[in-house]
Amino acid sequence: MSDATKAAEHPSYVQHHFASAEQQRETAKIGMWVFLLTEILLFGGLFGFYVFYRAWNPEMFYNAHKALNVTMGTVNTLVLITSSLTVALAIRSMQLGKRNQTIMFLSSTIGLAITFLVVKYFEYAEHYHLGELPGKFYHAHDIAGTNPHIFFSVYFTMTGLHAIHVIAGTIVMSWMLIRTLRRDFSSEYYTPLEMTGLYWHLVDIIWIFLYPLLYLIG
Amino acid sequence: MSSAATVADNIQSEPDNYLNHESGIKSWLLTKDHKRIGILYLFSVMSMFLLGGIFAMLIRLELLHPGADFMTAKTYNELFTLHGAVMIFLFIIPSVPAILGNFVLPIQIGAKDVAFPRLNLASWYIYIIGSVLALLAIVLGSVDTGWTFYTPYSTQSTTAVIPMVAAIFILGFSSIFTGLNFIATVHKLRAPGMTWYKMPLFVWGIYATAIIQVLATPILGITLVLLILERAFGIGIFDPAMGGDPVLFQHFFWFYSHPAVYIMILPGMGIMSELISTFSHRKIFGYKAIAYSSVAIAFLSFLVWGHHMFVSGQAAYATMVFSFLTFMVAIPSGIKMFNWVSTMYKGAITFETPMLYALSFLFTFAIGGLTGIFLGATAVDVHLTDTYFIVAHFHYVMFGGTVMAFFGGLHYWWPKIWGRMYNENWGRMSAMLVFLGFNLTFFPQFIMGSQGMPRRYFTYPEKYQAFHVMSTVGSWILGLGLLIMAVYLIYAIKWGPKAPKNPWGALTLEWTTSSPPPPHNFEEIPKITHGPYDHDKVVIKPEKVGVPA
Repeated sequence: MSDATKAAEHPSYVQHHFASAEQQRETAKIGMWVFLLTEILLFGGLFGFYVFYRAWNPEMFYNAHKALNVTMGTVNTLVLITSSLTVALAIRSMQLGKRNQTIMFLSSTIGLAITFLVVKYFEYAEHYHLGELPGKFYHAHDIAGTNPHIFFSVYFTMTGLHAIHVIAGTIVMSWMLIRTLRRDFSSEYYTPLEMTGLYWHLVDIIWIFLYPLLYLIG
Repeated sequence: MSSAATVADNIQSEPDNYLNHESGIKSWLLTKDHKRIGILYLFSVMSMFLLGGIFAMLIRLELLHPGADFMTAKTYNELFTLHGAVMIFLFIIPSVPAILGNFVLPIQIGAKDVAFPRLNLASWYIYIIGSVLALLAIVLGSVDTGWTFYTPYSTQSTTAVIPMVAAIFILGFSSIFTGLNFIATVHKLRAPGMTWYKMPLFVWGIYATAIIQVLATPILGITLVLLILERAFGIGIFDPAMGGDPVLFQHFFWFYSHPAVYIMILPGMGIMSELISTFSHRKIFGYKAIAYSSVAIAFLSFLVWGHHMFVSGQAAYATMVFSFLTFMVAIPSGIKMFNWVSTMYKGAITFETPMLYALSFLFTFAIGGLTGIFLGATAVDVHLTDTYFIVAHFHYVMFGGTVMAFFGGLHYWWPKIWGRMYNENWGRMSAMLVFLGFNLTFFPQFIMGSQGMPRRYFTYPEKYQAFHVMSTVGSWILGLGLLIMAVYLIYAIKWGPKAPKNPWGALTLEWTTSSPPPPHNFEEIPKITHGPYDHDKVVIKPEKVGVPA
């Protein structure tokens, strides 16, 4: 085998224990999907708690959910859906070898993620101000039903864990932006970018479930 | 002789392998080699086993005599909690997958490494962070809630519950990443020709385990996070006074922790298939049945958590369903047991130390499994819940099952890991001591449990003393056996006779490469010419010790 064909089969971005770039990419994919599965189960536990407490206190949940700001929730939903589009476009651009477009789309995704967090901050601040807080910190008085603090325990743990994921996603995407600027990726090799995209879609999808369950209880 | 000549001599006598390929502490702490990471796990996990073992010996010593002897009730509560937490989360869950799985699995499927070597190293560091935090929790005020952290004990206890729970949360990530790595490795890194049905059954066992690790551990993670929030901020979701439900904690805890006991036993069952076939020199009976029964156990494990809660006030119909599903687990477990026994039938059985552990497993796991059926029956369980019967059952499955298989596997692969043989006579003697000591420790507990001796009490009525004395003396014999094992195994690392490639005449791939293996496992990509247990077609004579090939 000549050195040239060896290099073609084993470019520098392929780790030693893989036979080919294709095998490395497939392995990364399956690893990422399994990781996303664990994330779904992590949130699944919280969704479980939501189901139990809502089933036990249907009226309290209905009354308490009115304290949430539907406008802000809706804006954030739109922000996240748009960011899913931009991250997909960032990957697509890299597939086509358009590095500058990738940089632009990744930056907008990071911008949208930060927008989401800023909106969330204002929501949290409002709840804090009104005493609509979890457990023993709850001191609002205008919500009818028994133990309305339970709703806020569920609300804050679910959206809080989600916000942590948004922060993690922002950090990872910033790292991807640096790597793109460093010219680590090309139309041949963009696996880390693709995996980041998968993760970001998951963060988005979880919000798609949180939004109606918390904000739009009918 | 000059020192240069000695070095040259060593180089000549020790061909390039993963142990001497690089040297220095840094080469170990930054290694991405799955074999070296397996060794990092070996030493860290076994230190935790020693710690958990010391706790156990102290518990048994206190129980030698009724009444407060040399510790208070509070100290006793802390000791049984720490024994449980350390043994479960720091020893037995990582034991087989992280030590032997890491070392053996990639070689058995003809891969150069696991799918994500950096993640593999990260998982060890996460394990270390978790362990340090757990040790810190012990120093900061210990924990006295029992290893299950039931609320309201865990929310009202004055001990260091938060650091311990946080440690276990962190350890969960280590377990998840190990499982994730093995799933990707088994799917994507098998050597050409290594089809699913040519994989050794150890790989099937680890694969089934990895599925549970990945699916169940996140649920424990989120439950522990909620427990920390409950304790730190009083979010009220486990507190009945605030509209919360403590039983919900039990549901979520067991939704992980029941599958977790299969995380513990399935890898051990995988080792069993290797040992029984190799030392019976006979093709494994019912390969596919054993392989699929592992997957079936993994599946059923998610549907039986309610049998821990027969007396916790769950609905009667739920209890009936959980009882039925619990009986179902006996089917795949029974399939395995009968297949192993059938493999031995008309085999040419030899009794090396690993086989002695395999035979111990057959004996003790049969008792552990059968008593599990008793406990799955609701009427019996109501009487036996929280007695020594359940303690004995659990230890017959965990020590009599997993740990016996783990020791068998450790002896079996020790020559491959270090390139040195352990002493067979000492090995056999210690295996006998472990077997006798174990049974003497735990069999009397079945009897006193059935007579009503409750668990987790530091004193007891005098009528149980004879059983407690037997049990404590048994723990000394068991401890002696383990001590001897530690000495001759560690001795073998440096001074044992050189191990050949294939000391047992086994047919799986790890025995086709040198002992210890080269850095990338194989000199060239292995060709798969026969199945893992084709003893009927291929006969490989065990190579003599001290004559390396």
